[in-house]
Amino acid sequence: MSTPMDLDPVLLARSQFAFTIAFHIIFPSFTIGLAAYLATLEILWGWTGAEPYKRLAGFWTKIFAVSFAMGVVSGVVLSYQLGTNWSRFSLVAGNIVGPLAGYEVLAAFFLEATFLSIMLFGGERVPRWLHVFSAIAVAVGTTMSAFWILAANSWMHTPAGHEMREGIAYPHDWIAIIFNPSFPYRFAHMLNASFLTAGFVVLAVGARHLLAGRHVEEARTMTRMAIALLVVLAPLQLLLGDQHGLNTLKHQPTKIAAMEGHWDGSQPGDFHIFAWPDQKGERNLYAISIPRGSSLVLTHDPNGLFPGLNDVPAQDRPPVTMVFFAFRIMLAIGGFMILAALCGAWLLWRGQLFDTRWYLHIAAQSWWTGFVAVIAGWVVTESGRQPWTVQGILRTADAVSPVPAASVAVTFALFVIVYGIVFSIGIYYINRLIATGPGGAAAELGGEIGPPLASARVAGHQALSQ
Amino acid sequence: MEDLLPLIWAVILGIAVAMYVILDGFDLGVGILFPFTDTNRQRDQMMASIKPFWDGNETWLVLGGGGLLVAFPRAYSVIMPALYLPLILMLLALVFRGVTFEFRTVARRTRRWDVVFAASSTLAAFCQGIVLGGFVQGIKVVNGAFAGGAFDWATPFAALCGLGVTAGYALLGATWLVMKTEGEIANRSRRQARVLLAAVLVFMAIVSLWTPLAFERIAARWFSYPNILFLWPVPIVTLLVAYAGWRGLQQNSASLPFLAAIGLFLLGYAGLAVSTFPYLVPPALTIWQAAAAPASQIFMLMGTLVLLPVILGYTCFVYWLFRGKVREGESYH
Repeated sequence: MSTPMDLDPVLLARSQFAFTIAFHIIFPSFTIGLAAYLATLEILWGWTGAEPYKRLAGFWTKIFAVSFAMGVVSGVVLSYQLGTNWSRFSLVAGNIVGPLAGYEVLAAFFLEATFLSIMLFGGERVPRWLHVFSAIAVAVGTTMSAFWILAANSWMHTPAGHEMREGIAYPHDWIAIIFNPSFPYRFAHMLNASFLTAGFVVLAVGARHLLAGRHVEEARTMTRMAIALLVVLAPLQLLLGDQHGLNTLKHQPTKIAAMEGHWDGSQPGDFHIFAWPDQKGERNLYAISIPRGSSLVLTHDPNGLFPGLNDVPAQDRPPVTMVFFAFRIMLAIGGFMILAALCGAWLLWRGQLFDTRWYLHIAAQSWWTGFVAVIAGWVVTESGRQPWTVQGILRTADAVSPVPAASVAVTFALFVIVYGIVFSIGIYYINRLIATGPGGAAAELGGEIGPPLASARVAGHQALSQ
Repeated sequence: MEDLLPLIWAVILGIAVAMYVILDGFDLGVGILFPFTDTNRQRDQMMASIKPFWDGNETWLVLGGGGLLVAFPRAYSVIMPALYLPLILMLLALVFRGVTFEFRTVARRTRRWDVVFAASSTLAAFCQGIVLGGFVQGIKVVNGAFAGGAFDWATPFAALCGLGVTAGYALLGATWLVMKTEGEIANRSRRQARVLLAAVLVFMAIVSLWTPLAFERIAARWFSYPNILFLWPVPIVTLLVAYAGWRGLQQNSASLPFLAAIGLFLLGYAGLAVSTFPYLVPPALTIWQAAAAPASQIFMLMGTLVLLPVILGYTCFVYWLFRGKVREGESYH
């Protein structure tokens, strides 16, 4: 008997977790890149003594602080949700995933929290070198955090170095566990994504101020630095993504099949520019395709074969439509990023960047690209792993907690409401800080000016009254 | 060695939770006391006294939760679903509270963030008390998994623990403000601390009487021979520490009341440890039954032995760096 009250607890737990983790990933993917940028600015200021670097460091530190706080609070939630929503997963994979997450806390979280305090409030209490050191420590901390959490996540995709006894994973080789087959690719791809995300935000902010004709010196510095970074990293991401894809083909071929909408493994794969995968009918509708395009990319041979979705039973296939479209969103944004970076570099080389208004308009509007690409990429890799939570070891349906569906539904609703309020206000404030610009009072933060709270309040007031 | 490992981890986890309760306790307590302040300037000062510390303090909570997963995954996989609702409510409160530190700085009108800060601090503290109560009173376990209902934790005892922890955090917050501020805030905090000290003693007394009466295993632990020979000084030491705190408040001592409040927390904490040991999920799983694979515990132990002293080192450094009083109308000079 099925009534409307019979909510599917697995789907609810997944939706709740997907919601909270998607919100969370927005902030680290920005702050990892931004922390490195801040460290660079602090070092450049220490090196050259140039004022724009100092003002930019102060400006971005304030934005970093708000973003980081939102990353922290949404991350604390996750460390408990593994137990509240996925207690069976914690039991089966706890011996492996637990220590990896534990190392993240010990090696990264405390380091970040402590040295961010010194960055934000140290002011004149600490010597200049310690301020620079703190910025570097925060950047190292965020990167180490990514290292450990991606080691844990990669192990869920390509488990290695363990043995199963009575349904529970036991470690036997930690090096093999940490450096599991997909980890190097995933780590490089994600880290680069984070730099791209922050790079496009910095580029957009610089372009925005150039268009408005405000804070011109700082805006030029920002734009120049961003373009110089993006012209290297955006094409690099294509290469890293390609390598990650080949690694996935080797270890999780069904995920690749879903990304490509490839059903019949006995035929070469077309690259579908657009299609509507029909999971029940095991075919694509309305496909517009480049014949044998997928085979060419994945096997370097137009006639090459790779496994299709039909090679596995229907219950072992991921939700194809979701994976398929998320992959295309990521690809489209990646293409845009490469184009925007190359175009910007060309204009910069020709000395026309700061006067080419059409380009600055596009750049100023493209701040969101990294965030959407990161979330799309996560949907590809995480939904693509379904129906497994740990590939080949634990199905998602078996990973869930023995918690009533109603509890999950109610708290899911609360998460949506609370995150909706908190994060929209946070983004509103960040936008205000950005609008104030590095020439405003926000620039004084982190410098030697007086009480940080008071100066921050001044900055906030100016931001809101403009 | 294999028998020793879970014990070592229980101690490490115990230290992490104690660190969390004391450190985040005082900054949650400052939030709980927010509504009882007259002026915005004073609230700025209260906030300034905890701002450099809160993020590091809250990281101990992640270490507590993460540490439980690392060392005792079987306990983690039972406790988390059993206390699902109070845990999630606590997390949501902490979300609001954490962002308030930044939002209040940037906002034009701070009033609404004052309300959010006070409400979320109080809710988080109360939920932590509920979690404690739900843990002490026991969790229904069948075949190694949580087998109870969504509201098993909702008992008068858990509510009492919720109020007790809230009062305790407020005491830590008030005595922290006595130590870190001057003038009107310090004076008011001193008055508040007296009331809170009395309230905390009452809550401790009720819990100390309630638990042995309601739970036979706890009565047996405390009152059986020879345990009682070792345990009888605990209540007396508690009273002595409370008296020292009281004297410190009377004599306008800056740091004695805060140290006494920490002492009371540690004593109450030790009392609970005595009551529940060796159970990690009373009355179903002991620390040995809940332990992770020895290889996992050893792997993490190696890192912990290196990194925990480093963490304690730079935590101390930050407290030293931001030492001294926050004066009225300014934060750190």
